[in-house]
Amino acid sequence: MWKLLKNRIEQGYRTQDFPPVQPLPKEYRGRPKLYPGRCLPSCDQCISKCPTEALKTAPLELDLAKCVFCGACEEACPQHAIEFTSDYSMAARRIEDLRVIDDTPHRVDALRKELLRLFGRSLKLREVSAGSCNGCDLEIQALGNIVFDWSRFGIQIVASPRHADGLIVTGPVSRNMELALRKTYEAVPDPRLVIAVGACALSGGVFAGSPTVCGGVAPVIPVDLYIPGCPPHPLTILDGILRLLNRLK
Amino acid sequence: MSASPLTLQNGAAVSWDSLPCLELDRWRTWILETCAPPASSDIAPDAAPVKRTAAPDTLPPNRRGAPSLGRGGRMVALWAWPDSEGFRMYALLAIDSRQTLQIACARLPSQPRAYPSLTPQLPEAHYFERELHELHGIRPEGHPWLKPLRQIEGIPFFQIEGESIHEVAVGPVHAGVIEPGHFRFQCHGERVHHLEIQLGYQHRGVESQIVAASPGRQMILAESIAGDTVIGHGWAYSRVLEGLAGRDVSPQSERVRALALELERLANHVGDLGALATDVGYLPASAYFGRLRGEFLNLLLELSGNRYGRGLLVPGGLNRPFGMAPFESWQNRLAVIHRQVESTADLLFSSSSVMTRFEYCGPVSSEAARALGLVGPAARACHLARDVRAHHPWGIYRALPFTPQISRGGDVLARAQVRWLEIQQSFNLVAQLLESPELAAVRTDPLKWLQPSAFCVSMVESWRGETIHIAATDEQANLRHFKIVDPSFHNWMGLTMALRGCQISDFPLNNKSFNLSYAGHDL
Repeated sequence: MWKLLKNRIEQGYRTQDFPPVQPLPKEYRGRPKLYPGRCLPSCDQCISKCPTEALKTAPLELDLAKCVFCGACEEACPQHAIEFTSDYSMAARRIEDLRVIDDTPHRVDALRKELLRLFGRSLKLREVSAGSCNGCDLEIQALGNIVFDWSRFGIQIVASPRHADGLIVTGPVSRNMELALRKTYEAVPDPRLVIAVGACALSGGVFAGSPTVCGGVAPVIPVDLYIPGCPPHPLTILDGILRLLNRLK
Repeated sequence: MSASPLTLQNGAAVSWDSLPCLELDRWRTWILETCAPPASSDIAPDAAPVKRTAAPDTLPPNRRGAPSLGRGGRMVALWAWPDSEGFRMYALLAIDSRQTLQIACARLPSQPRAYPSLTPQLPEAHYFERELHELHGIRPEGHPWLKPLRQIEGIPFFQIEGESIHEVAVGPVHAGVIEPGHFRFQCHGERVHHLEIQLGYQHRGVESQIVAASPGRQMILAESIAGDTVIGHGWAYSRVLEGLAGRDVSPQSERVRALALELERLANHVGDLGALATDVGYLPASAYFGRLRGEFLNLLLELSGNRYGRGLLVPGGLNRPFGMAPFESWQNRLAVIHRQVESTADLLFSSSSVMTRFEYCGPVSSEAARALGLVGPAARACHLARDVRAHHPWGIYRALPFTPQISRGGDVLARAQVRWLEIQQSFNLVAQLLESPELAAVRTDPLKWLQPSAFCVSMVESWRGETIHIAATDEQANLRHFKIVDPSFHNWMGLTMALRGCQISDFPLNNKSFNLSYAGHDL
C-alpha cells in the first residue's frame, strides 16, 4: 500500500491539456504549407521523390489523402516551396478539402444540429482495423491512455458495433476485411458516423493499386471524417473529432 | 556434381550462381539432420514447480540457469522462387552455437509439383510448407494440416467431436483496438483443448509490391509491414539492399540506427507490460506504463519526425543529418524515465494478485518451443537463448557486449520477466550508445545501384524477435525476388500451444503476453 501511494505521488498528474500548451517538437512533420509562387517552371524534382503520387505541379498541389508525410518532397525541393509544419490539425469532412495548394489551413466543419445533439457530448466508437499495419490502431489506442485521455471529452471505444454511434476505421481495407467491415457498419444503428484514419484508409496509401486491397474506406462505406497521417499523431485524431463535434473553434 | 550447402553471413551478399542446388533427397536430409532435435541432455530440464516471486531487479534462482543453445540448427526460412524451368525451393538454416547460416536449394519436379513434407519430422516447417502450397501450389506430401495461411473463405477448421464439446468463434473484428484475426476454440466445459488461429485478414501483398515499387516507395512499404516494428523492418530492408549493393554504412549511422531500434524495443516492451497489467485489472501499472511507452515514442519523434521512427532510415545510412545536440539532454531525460519504469515494474511484480494470474498461465515447454521454432522474447521465456544480436550480430552490435536475456517456465510470467530484463538491458545499451562521441551522423545519399545476380539475407533482432529480409537481383541488377519473415510467423503456433489446457478467459492475457503482429504475418 505504501509503495502504491509513493508511486502515485512520484508519477504525478500526466494528462495533457487539449489543445496542448506546448507545441509539438519542430522535428514533427505535420500539416504542410505550400508556396506555389516559389516553383520553378518545368521543375518536377518533388514529384519524382514522392512515394505515393500525392504531388502535382503547375500548379503545386499536395493531396493529404495520399501523403505519408515522409518529407522527401520537402528535401528535394531546391526552392523551399514545400514545408512541413508542426501543426497537427489536418482533418477534413470532404476528401477534396485535403488537397493543399497554399499555406492556409483548412479546418473541419461541425456536424449539423441534430447530429450534434446526438453525438456532441458522448460519442461511442467501434474500431475496425482493415488491412492496417497497426500503426494507426496504436495511435487510437494511445488516445485512451492517461496522457491524451479522450474519454474526458465523452469519446470512448465500445466492444460491440451495436453499442456504437459510429466506426473508426484504419487500413486500406484488404479484400479479406471488406465483408467484415460492411457487416460491422450495418450493425451500427442509424444515424452513424464513419471516421477514416491514416493515409491507407483515405486512399490506400502506400498500398494503393494492390489487387489485394480496396484502396481505402470510402469505396466500401460512406465516410464522414478523414484524418490524414502515417500514422496521424493522436492529437490530429482528437482535433479532427472534436472539431466535428463542435467542441473546438 | 556433389554440391554442399553454402555458409552465409548475416547481411553479406553472395553471387546468385554460388547458391548450391542439391538433389531433392539430399536437400531434405540436410535440413532434417541439421535441425534434428538435440539429445535430451541438451535441453535444460524445467525446474520443479516452486513458489516463485519476481522482484524486478533479479530473477529467482529457479528461473535462472545456463541458456540452452543446443548443438543443432533451426529453420530460419523455407520458401520457393520461380525460375525459367519451374520452382526452386530454398532453405535457410541457422546454427546459433556456431554463429553461422547455411543455405541450399533444390529443384522441384514440374509434374507433379510435390515433395515429401518435412513437417512430420520437423514441426517448425509447418507454417512455411503451408505457405509454399498456398502461394505456388507446391504440395508437401504428408503434411498433417495443409490449409492456406492467408485465405479466409471456405476452409474447414479443426474440430473435436464428442458429447459436450463446444466450439467458440471470435473475430475477425474484436472488442478492443487490435488487428483482425479469427480464433476458433474447441472446448470441453471450461477447458480449451485446441485453439486454431486463422489469419490473413491483413493481407496486402507486401512482398510482390516491394519488387515492383520505386526505391522510395519500397522503404515506406518496408516500414509498413508492421507499424510497431518500423525500425526493425526498416533496418532489415536497408541492410539487405546495402548487402546487394556491397555498400558499407558509417559507424555513426549504425549507432543512430541501434539507438532507434532499442528505443523501439523499450516502447513496445514497456507498453506490453502495461497491457498485461490491464488484462489482469491492475490499473496503476497499466496507467503508468501506458504513459511511459509514449515517452519513448516522443524521443523517436525527435529523432525522426514521426512517433514510430518513420523516415529515419534509408538504405545506405540515415535520411537526416544529426549533430550531438539532440542527444545532449537525453541522458538526463532517460534517467528519469528509467527510474519511473523501474518503480512501476516493482509495483507490478510485487503485487501478489498480479503474480497469481501470471504464474503457470499458458505455459509452453522448452521442447515445444524448440520444435515449433519460436523466436524472440517468446522463445527466450522458454529458456531458449535465441537472439540475433548475440548469435548473428550485425552493425554496431558486433562491438557491443551482449548476452540474451532468458527466463524459464514459458508462462505469462516468464514472458513478462523477459521483457522486463530486456527493458533494463536496452536502457544500458542506449546509455552506452549515447556516451559515444561518434553519435553525430551525416545524411547519406541513397543507394544508386545494386550488384547484378546477387543474393543477400539480412536478419535483425527487432523487439518481437528475428526479422528477416531476403532479396536477390537479376542480371540487369534489378530487384527480382523479395522474401520477408516476420517473427510472428514463427510464433503464432506458440500461442496456440500456450492455450491448450487453459480457459478461454485466459486468452486475452496469453495473447497480450505474446503480442504478435497480424500484419507482419499476413504481409
